[in-house]
Amino acid sequence: MHQNLSHTPAPAGGAGGDTETRRLLNFSVLSVSPWLKRLALWVLPLSFLIVAFFFPLSRILVLTLDPKTITAANLRLTFEVLLFTFYQATLSTILTLLLGLPSAYLFARYDFRGKSLLRALTAVPFMLPTVVVASSFSAIFGSRGLFFFLFPNSAFSIQPSSFTLILLAHVFYNTTIIIRVVGNALSSLDPKLEQAARSLGADSFRLWWNVILPLLRPSLLSASLLVFLFDFTSFGVILLLGGSQYATLEVEIYLRVLKLPNLPLAALLSIIQLICTIIFSVIYSYFSSRSTVQLTPRSTIIKPKTIEQKLFVASLVFLLSSFFLLPLCALPFRSLFRLEADRGQRGDVQYGLTADYYAELFVNRRGSVFYVPPMRATMNSLGYAGATVIISLLLGFPAAFALAKPTRLERLLDPFIMLPLGSSAVMLGLGFIISYGRYLTSPWLVPFAHSLVALPFVIRTLQPAIASIPLRLRQAASSLGASPLEVWKNIDFPILRRATLAAATFAFTVSLGEFGATLLLSRPEYPTIPVAIERFLSQPGGLNYGQAMAMATILMLLTLTSILLIEKFRLPNSGEF
Amino acid sequence: MLEVHHIFKTYEGKPLLNGISFKVDTGETICLLGASGSGKSTLLRIIAGLEDADAGFVSFNDVNLTSTPPHLRDFGFVFQDYALFPHLNVNENVAFGLKMRRLPQNEITQRVASSLDMVNLGVFGSRQVTDLSGGEQQRVALARALATRPRLLMFDEPLGALDRTLREDLLNELRKILHQTNIPAIYVTHDQEEAFTIADRVLILHDGEIVREGTPADVWSNPGSVFVARFLGLGNVVDGRIKGKMKEERWKVESGLGVVTVDCGHKHSKGDNVHLLVRPLPAGNESNTIQGVVRDIVFQQDRFRVTLDNGLYIYLPGTPKMGEKIEVRVKVECLA
Repeated sequence: MHQNLSHTPAPAGGAGGDTETRRLLNFSVLSVSPWLKRLALWVLPLSFLIVAFFFPLSRILVLTLDPKTITAANLRLTFEVLLFTFYQATLSTILTLLLGLPSAYLFARYDFRGKSLLRALTAVPFMLPTVVVASSFSAIFGSRGLFFFLFPNSAFSIQPSSFTLILLAHVFYNTTIIIRVVGNALSSLDPKLEQAARSLGADSFRLWWNVILPLLRPSLLSASLLVFLFDFTSFGVILLLGGSQYATLEVEIYLRVLKLPNLPLAALLSIIQLICTIIFSVIYSYFSSRSTVQLTPRSTIIKPKTIEQKLFVASLVFLLSSFFLLPLCALPFRSLFRLEADRGQRGDVQYGLTADYYAELFVNRRGSVFYVPPMRATMNSLGYAGATVIISLLLGFPAAFALAKPTRLERLLDPFIMLPLGSSAVMLGLGFIISYGRYLTSPWLVPFAHSLVALPFVIRTLQPAIASIPLRLRQAASSLGASPLEVWKNIDFPILRRATLAAATFAFTVSLGEFGATLLLSRPEYPTIPVAIERFLSQPGGLNYGQAMAMATILMLLTLTSILLIEKFRLPNSGEF
Repeated sequence: MLEVHHIFKTYEGKPLLNGISFKVDTGETICLLGASGSGKSTLLRIIAGLEDADAGFVSFNDVNLTSTPPHLRDFGFVFQDYALFPHLNVNENVAFGLKMRRLPQNEITQRVASSLDMVNLGVFGSRQVTDLSGGEQQRVALARALATRPRLLMFDEPLGALDRTLREDLLNELRKILHQTNIPAIYVTHDQEEAFTIADRVLILHDGEIVREGTPADVWSNPGSVFVARFLGLGNVVDGRIKGKMKEERWKVESGLGVVTVDCGHKHSKGDNVHLLVRPLPAGNESNTIQGVVRDIVFQQDRFRVTLDNGLYIYLPGTPKMGEKIEVRVKVECLA
C-alpha cells in the first residue's frame, strides 16, 4: 500500500478522502496494471514536452532540411558564426581556468578568515540573470560606467573593449564551476599519494605534473567542458555587452528572428547549435562519470605559514573578493548615482546621489499606448514567475516520482527530459514562433517557455528528495500504526516540503531571469524585467541607462532573495548542477 | 646512520612528542611501538620531512636534514593504505621514483623487474593497481619503495589493513628482504607481535617519550615499567609492599598473592610500594605460587588461558575443572 503511495502523482492528487476510501482507492489503483500507472505519471510531463519542445524542434528541423535553406551563403555564414562562437568560448574557458584553478587550490588547501563567505560570493554570479551580470559589468567598465568616470583622462581610461567585457563576464559567471568541481576533486585526493610521491623524490613541479594533474584530469576536463558549454550558449551577456557585432550562434539566431528576419537561417543555426551542445554534453557526462568525487574531504587544510603561502593566499583573496564584489556593488551604486548632463543641456556632467532613476520607473514618459510604466514589467515578471512555478511543479512532480525509481524505459527518457536544458533559450523561442506564431499575442506563451527551461531544474531537485525516502521508513511508520495517510503526512510530506520549496524557488528564479526566449516571445505591452532592461540599454541617454541600472538592481535583489531561500530549503548534498 | 635529536612536537596545543632521540645503524631495523595517538606516525613523518618538528632535528650520516625537502632525502616510505597512484599501473608505480631520479629507461625497466621479483609480483607489471588485492597492493608499495634503493626505509603500520595470515606471511618476507638489502629501516606499529618479529631493536613510545628501548628479547624479559608490562601483556601486574630484605638484591614482598620473594636490583626500604609482574606461565623451579579457584577457561591453540577468582590469569597446558582450586608455581618479578 505504502509502496503505492510513492507513485501517487502529486500532493494535490493524494489529498482528500478518509482512510477507508483511500484504501479502496489504492486497492482499485493496485488492480490496474502497473504499466498504466506509470503511464499516468508520464501523461502530463510528456505531452507538455512534446507540445512545447519536440514539436517545435521538429518544425525547426523541417525548416532546416529544406533545400532552400541549405545554400552556400547560409552555410558560409553559419560556419563563420560557429567559428567565432568557438573562439570566444575557448578563450573564455581558458581565462576561467586561469582564475579558477588557483582559486580551487586556495579553497581546497588553505584555511583563512572569511573563507566560506568568499566561497559563497564566488557562487553568487552563477545564479544571477544574464541581464544583471551584463548590467553590472556595464556599470563599472561601460562607457557610462564608474571606471570611466573616476579616471576619465588617465592611463586607466583605456576602456576595455566590449569583447574583453564579454570575456570578463564569462569568467565572472563560471569560475565557481571550476572551484566546485576541481576543488572538490582536489580536496578528496588522498594526501598520502602526495607524501608518497615526495618520498620517492618528486619535487613540487613533478608532484603536480606526474601525480596531481593526472588524478584531476577527469574533473578538470568535465569542469572545463561545462564552462565551455555555458560560454558557447551564452546569449544575454554577449548581446547586451557586445551588441550585434559579436555574433555568436545565439545572437545570430536572435538577429535572424527579430532584426533581419530569415527564419530558415535561424533554424539552421539553432540546429547546428543543438548538435554542438549535445556532443559537448555527451563528452561532459562521460568525463564527469569518471571523476568520482568523494564526499568526505581527505586532504589536509592548512593555515598559510610560509611567506610564499601567505602571499599567495592574500593576493588571491584580494583578487577574488574585488573581482566578485565590484560588479555586484557597482550596479546598485550606479543605479543611485547620477552621472549625466542635465536634461537638455550639453554642459558638464552632473554627479551625485539620486533616486531619480527609481522614481522614473513609475512614469510613462512617452504616453504611448504600447508603452507601459517600467514598474509594470516587474509585476509582469512576478506574474510569469508565479505561473511558471505552478506549471513546472505540476509537470515536475509526476516526472520526478517516476524517475525516483525508474524502469529501464524511463531511464532512457531521462536525457530527453533534460534536453531543453541543453538547447538554447533563443531556439526555444524560435520554435514557439514557428509552431505557434498565431498565438503570439497571448501572454501565456512566455510562462510555458519559462516552464520548459525550469522543468529540468525542478525534476532534478525533487527526484533525489523523493528517492531519498527509503521504503523502510514508510514500512516502519506503518508498522508503528500509521495509516497510509498518516505516513504521507508524517514521512513523505515533511521530507518533500523542503525540496518542493527549493524547486519552486528554482523555477521562480529561472523565470525571473530568463532572457533569450522572453525577448523573442514577449509582447511589447507585457515586458518582463530583463526585456525592459534590454530596451533601456538599447536606447540613448543617461536617464534610460540609469533606469536600466535601477531595474537590474531590483532584479538582482529579487534573485538574491531567491538564492538565499533555495540554499535554506535545499537538502544537503543534493542537486548539484 | 640516522640520528634523531630531541624532537619536540605539539598537536592542537598538547605535547605529542617530548624530546625524542634515537639512532638507527646501517642494516638495523628498529620498531617504534606505541598505542594509537602516541605520536609514532607523526615522528615518522617528521623523519621523512613530510611534517616539521617544533624543535630538534634529524640527521643522516651527520648531515642535518632540517632544510632538506622530503623529495631530496632519499628515504623510502610505505604507508598503511599503500598510497599507490591510481592512474598508473603496477610497473609505472614502481618506476615512479626512478623516473624522478631521471635514470635511463633500460635501468628503470631492469630495476622495476628486480623489485617486483623481490616481492614475488614478477608477472603483475602491467596490471592496474586498482585490480590488486590488499596484500598485492602492499607488495607493490614495498617494491616501489625498494626500487630507488633508498638510504632508509620507513614503514607506517604497513600491514594494519591486512588479515592475520597474510600479515604473518608478508612480515616474514619483509624481514628477509630487509636483511638481504641491508637498508636501515624504521617500522611503526601498535602490534607487539609484529614489532618483536621484525625488529632488531624495539622502542616503546608513551606520553611523548621513549619509555623502553632494547632488543625484543631484552624488552620481553625485562620490561622495566608497569606501562610496558601492561602494554605488552607480559602478565599480571599486582601491587605489593616491601616487608624486608632477605639478602642482597632479594626482597620479601607482601601482596595480594601472599608474601613472595623477588629478586630485584632496585634500592628499596621497608614499607615501599612496589609493582610486581606475575608471569602467567607455570615455572617449576620457582618458590612463589599463585592459587585460586578456576573461574574461566579459554582455549588458545596449544594452551588454555585460565582466570582465577582473584583476577589473576595463567596459561596452562591442560584444562583444569571450573571451580577447582589450583596452585601453580610462577615467576614473580619486581617492576619498581
